[in-house]
Amino acid sequence: MTGIDWLILCLYFAFVLGIGVTLKKSMKTSTDFFLAGRAIPAWVAGLAFMSANLGAQEVIGMGASGAKYGIATSHFYWIGAIPAMVFVGIFMMPFYYGSRARSVPEYLRLRFDEKTRGLNAISFAVMTIFSSGISMYAIAKLIQTLHVFDGVFQRLGLGSSSIFDVAIVISAVVVLVYTFLGGLSSAIYNEVLQFFLIVAGFLPLSYLGLKNVGGWTGLKEKLGPSFTHSWAGMAHAQTNRLGVEWFGLVMGLGFVLSFGYWCTDFLVVQRAMAAHSMSAARRTPLIGAVPKMLFPFLVILPGLIAIALPTQPATAHTGVTLTSAPPGQGIIPLKLDATSGRPMLDKDGKPMLDYDLAVPSMLLHYFPAGMLGLGLTALLASFMSGMAGNVTAFNTVWTYDIYQSYIRPGATDLHYLWMGRAATVFGIAFSIAAAYMANRFNNIMDMLQLVFAFVNAPLFATFLLGMFWKRATGHGAFSGLLTGTAAAAIHHGLTLPAGAVPGIKGGWLAVLHTYPSEMAQNFWTAIYAWTTCFVVTILVSLATRAPEESKLVGLVYSLTPRPPEEKLPWYSRPAPLALIVLTGTVLLNILFW
Amino acid sequence: MGLDIRLPLGILFVLIGLILGAYGALGDPARYQQSLGVNINLYWGIVLFVFGLVMLLLSRRSKRAE
Repeated sequence: MTGIDWLILCLYFAFVLGIGVTLKKSMKTSTDFFLAGRAIPAWVAGLAFMSANLGAQEVIGMGASGAKYGIATSHFYWIGAIPAMVFVGIFMMPFYYGSRARSVPEYLRLRFDEKTRGLNAISFAVMTIFSSGISMYAIAKLIQTLHVFDGVFQRLGLGSSSIFDVAIVISAVVVLVYTFLGGLSSAIYNEVLQFFLIVAGFLPLSYLGLKNVGGWTGLKEKLGPSFTHSWAGMAHAQTNRLGVEWFGLVMGLGFVLSFGYWCTDFLVVQRAMAAHSMSAARRTPLIGAVPKMLFPFLVILPGLIAIALPTQPATAHTGVTLTSAPPGQGIIPLKLDATSGRPMLDKDGKPMLDYDLAVPSMLLHYFPAGMLGLGLTALLASFMSGMAGNVTAFNTVWTYDIYQSYIRPGATDLHYLWMGRAATVFGIAFSIAAAYMANRFNNIMDMLQLVFAFVNAPLFATFLLGMFWKRATGHGAFSGLLTGTAAAAIHHGLTLPAGAVPGIKGGWLAVLHTYPSEMAQNFWTAIYAWTTCFVVTILVSLATRAPEESKLVGLVYSLTPRPPEEKLPWYSRPAPLALIVLTGTVLLNILFW
Repeated sequence: MGLDIRLPLGILFVLIGLILGAYGALGDPARYQQSLGVNINLYWGIVLFVFGLVMLLLSRRSKRAE
């Protein structure tokens, strides 16, 4: 990092904090703070909808998967996210937005009952804290790995051992200041900034990389068909890099997991609820889907290029170095064991690659001082807004669904606004604790993420039945969620990915079935959980007393009058937008078949 | 919501564009061997500057329309 890189980084921080300060004076009611006053234009909400998910796991993780699995990683976008985003915009938003619920758990209370809401609110609140902690951990780890602060620390005479702590404190304070002051608006505005920064920082990277390897044709020659086709070979798990067959992929990822995330996760849905009108709320996910469709070229492609380049050590810059690990393949170094410092070996005794370094090494490889500053700023911005997204979702669910419902109902709006700010502070404090936990006990974090996956897997069945089947009851939904989660856990406990040892990877009850890959196991766990929840909800609903239809108006499809089509030009109506997005996605799937 | 995001967005990108562009125009060209001989700072700086200007223009226009 030279002077110019620092200048760009500091400029970004100044703007982030400046936005928070400017918005502070418009935070007068709790609706301003938690729902951005329901006044956000559709394009802003749409970009935020997409960017709230664009955190550390996404930017670093998708590049890593690109290097590992090739262009098949795009399934997470072209079969996963896009259809789900279209579905939530066209079919579900009328109920989320139209019911005037202030959060996803609150919709569950209106549609079902208190216990279903409580279950969802509490598990969601815990999950967001851990996710934001993991984001914070990722920021601090990246700063440590790239040795960004080392020069500054040496000059100040501080030991480099405290870099992790300082990085945690800085990111926590920045996110705290801007979400504390400006609430959801601040988070949304920063997500928009982050979106453009990511494009600004990563587009030149894909351009230079492609130019270097001779374009897509050159990449195809160097990597071979297994890296450059997304569908060819999906007939059997053994003939593609993901290790999943098409049915598990389409049902597990495309249907259960993606719809579960994009249609029910309050983190993203909150962005659409903040839109200024029903039609803007419905357009939010559709507008977000347009860049989402194209993002594989920004976040996955660099991974493919990183592995296709001639094997060489990482490029060094003044004040930023990547790693001293020996080169592995392309510009991705070997993965070293943290304690022994020796390369880690996989089950066949081959040295493992540190795929998470694919994107950072690409930045260092192609970018001179100046662009490097912009690239790193984009990376940090995405990590921080990923964290802020979790914090704003947490403070809303905490205040409306837990505090106002169970701890102190009937207080003044001003009190809840105050509570929201307080929740921001202790939410971030808990996230810091989670970040340290991730640093010290990697296994605990893996286990927690596994538990969250079990809790999330059945969710979409509950919402689907809730919105489209008026006979579904609260008892049905609650027991469906519990048994669905249990089914996920049991399935995980009875199966194992090939080559793994029973334990955190599965098979902790008995090993009845072995999946060709961990991904296949995850997808099938989700399929079992969803199906169990779906069936149990129906059976229990039929056995319990039907809900009163008059109470379900605005919450269930068949009992809600169609919203009148507002007089809008065709490009602002949800249906044509959805058609464009879906056509584009189909074309991309065919193009990279 | 009190603030048109295009305003800070425009200012930020105009500034980043100016900084990168000037650095690219004035700095040592040998630096760009790494980026395949493309003076990426200069060219991308210009693109970002123009993008920032467009955002500022749009934000001004909608303000006048109010």
